Amino acid sequence: MLSIKNLQARVEEKEILKGISLEIGAGEVHAIMGPNGSGKSTLASVLAGRGGYEVTSGSVSFNGKDLLDFSPEERAQEGVFLAFQYPVEIPGVSTTNFMRTAINEVRNYRGQDEIEPGDFLKMMKEKMQLVEIDQKLLSRSLNEGFSGGEKKRNEIFQMAMLEPKLGILDETDSGLDIDALRIVANGVNKLKTKDNAFIVITHYQRLLDYIVPDFVHVLYKGKIVKSGTKDLALELEEKGYDWIIKEVQAAAV
Amino acid sequence: MAEDNKLLESLTQSEYKYGFVTDIEHESLAPGLTEETVRFISATKNEPEWLLEWRLNAYRHWLTLTTPTWQNVKFPVINYQDIIFYSAPKQKVKLNSLDEVDPELLKTFEKLGISLDEQKMLSGVAVDAVFDSVSVATTFREKLHEVGVIFCSMSEAVREHPDLVKKYLGSVVPFTDNYFAALNSAVFSDGSFCFIPKGVRCPMELSTYFRINASNTGQFERTLIVAEDSAYVSYLEGCTAPMRDENQLHAAVVELIVLDDAEIKYSTVQNWYPGDKDGKGGIYNFVTKRGNCLGKNSKISWTQVETGSAITWKYPSVVLKGDNSIGEFYSVAVTNNYQQADTGTKMIHVGKNTRSRIVSKGISAGFSQNTYRGQVKVLKRASGARNFSQCDSLLMGDTCGAHTFPYIEVDNPSAQVEHEATTSKIGEDQLFYCNQRGINTEKAVALIVNGYCKDVLNHLPMEFAVEAQKLLAISLEGSVG
Ligand SMILES: Nc1ncnc2c1ncn2[C@@H]1O[C@H](COP(=O)(O)OP(=O)(O)OP(=O)(O)O)[C@@H](O)[C@H]1O
Ligand SMILES: [Mg+2]
Repeated sequence: MLSIKNLQARVEEKEILKGISLEIGAGEVHAIMGPNGSGKSTLASVLAGRGGYEVTSGSVSFNGKDLLDFSPEERAQEGVFLAFQYPVEIPGVSTTNFMRTAINEVRNYRGQDEIEPGDFLKMMKEKMQLVEIDQKLLSRSLNEGFSGGEKKRNEIFQMAMLEPKLGILDETDSGLDIDALRIVANGVNKLKTKDNAFIVITHYQRLLDYIVPDFVHVLYKGKIVKSGTKDLALELEEKGYDWIIKEVQAAAV
Repeated sequence: MAEDNKLLESLTQSEYKYGFVTDIEHESLAPGLTEETVRFISATKNEPEWLLEWRLNAYRHWLTLTTPTWQNVKFPVINYQDIIFYSAPKQKVKLNSLDEVDPELLKTFEKLGISLDEQKMLSGVAVDAVFDSVSVATTFREKLHEVGVIFCSMSEAVREHPDLVKKYLGSVVPFTDNYFAALNSAVFSDGSFCFIPKGVRCPMELSTYFRINASNTGQFERTLIVAEDSAYVSYLEGCTAPMRDENQLHAAVVELIVLDDAEIKYSTVQNWYPGDKDGKGGIYNFVTKRGNCLGKNSKISWTQVETGSAITWKYPSVVLKGDNSIGEFYSVAVTNNYQQADTGTKMIHVGKNTRSRIVSKGISAGFSQNTYRGQVKVLKRASGARNFSQCDSLLMGDTCGAHTFPYIEVDNPSAQVEHEATTSKIGEDQLFYCNQRGINTEKAVALIVNGYCKDVLNHLPMEFAVEAQKLLAISLEGSVG
């Protein structure tokens, strides 16, 4: 589904991604871990097409299409969803209104008619239950005055509404209390099908107890330096990153 | 919410869509302004002597004045001898029914989305359609008549209700008020007159739609609305003009009078042709609007969405004479390309416990200049007066300007006056957030701007709100690279 080959990217003349290769198949969940500043959010941003990031080398193919060729909105319309590490506020625009606009844009791109108001409401209700989010929150200005946890939960709600093919969760677990974490993870698990895939960026093994990854990758200084199964995450939890960094340094010598 | 989205669907067009010209025969005066012009207009309308006198006094006063220059807008000197002061579509003198209105005119208004066919109108909005210098049709008159509401053209009001007109015309905005008020008083050609008698809640929205069609023509209309004790009316005003390379002058006067416990809600969606992207052409919209809250517990609420005109220069104001009276001003002013706007309000607190509220949202893009100018004045005997003002500016790009001039004058120590102001930009991260959900930048801007204006748009009647949201989006198209 997603095939990243030797991806290199820079921001403001600074090399951040230094050759990332990653194959993600349909139905898979990949966890990306790694120390602060290693480039995890940058990878997510480059995949989503955020401005200011210059891809200097490599390719990304998404369901056979060149993802890097698409504008950010086209990538979203093609089914890439990014749950932001820091969701932004849009005063005066409710989540409900925002979602209706987004869904209709995506439908329009796919040559479908606007969603019927009744269907939209039904869908809202269903997804609200899925992530146990309150109707009141959805009629407030998007993210304005939301608590950290509410923002994250709202991101997952939006993901549920848009039903992406590839969901990228950038530290959705940070700032969540235990209950919220379980709810969010359950939401993701219920959204999981054999046709979609998820990239879960996290610092904590805890989330991976709920969303069990098929693969775990460690990003360090803009490269994937180690990949493994869910056991790798457990090992990291226990030992930290030092041993991997030492391995990398040893290999470089 | 459903409306927000309807709007976002219809965003594909980018040109001023009302810029067409109706091919219709006009009866026009030759360009120029002399005492003869004033006499001609008055005679054409068979006006009584007092009104001619009033016009002539206004004209003579106007001759002594010079164009004001204090406002933050620039325009070349207007040569009043180049302007046609009266232009009317040729038709029978008196119309007995809508069937007699020139089909071209009906078509024109249909094209503008204004149906003058009562059968076809879905909602309860009565319309007075003003085409160049004259009112061509007023709908639902019978229905309004049944409850005692008078809604007709100004010319007709002068003929049919001379006492009312004489009593109130110029009582809020005298011709000595300012340069353009004097000019308007001398040459006004038509406009709407609304009278809501004591205790009547007007059963439908009243609306005037102004259309400039003829070239080189100025439009000078007067609107007069009177709400007697405990009466209520919601009045809407819309306007468009063809695209022309020359600038055209629109100098209107609006007067509102509200007696005890009465309320007028006045909404404007101003969409005069703004000129092209290089600043060529467009309407000069120099308008004096003022309301008198004469009675106790009376209320006037102005809501305006200003998207059109090359230059907008107006300050819908409220004089709060009656004790406990309320004045409100909700405004969205958008300027793009080379448009200029200097707009705001005056709230004059005269009576006790009077309250006013000002919410102004300016949006500037392109090379435009957008100024909020507002005055809050609390006179000595206005004890317990309260005002709250919120003036926000949104800048798109860095070649436009936003300016705020709040003037506050308080002569009563018990008054509470609060003023808040903010300036912001649409953030890259906000746009990307929308993009990431599949919303393109153009629509994202519309969404964000509509959110920003929500507190004002909320005060518009439903259908107007939808229209206004579309306009905001269209006006700002291409403003974010
Ligand atoms: N716009 C930018 N300008 C300059 N440097 C940037 C920019 N964006 C990211 N960087 C730098 O790139 C590096 C990687 O940042 P990134 O946000 O991708 O890290 P991360 O792995 O997500 O970290 P964290 O775990 O703290 O979220 C950091 O050194 C960061 O300072
Ligand atoms: Mg990060």
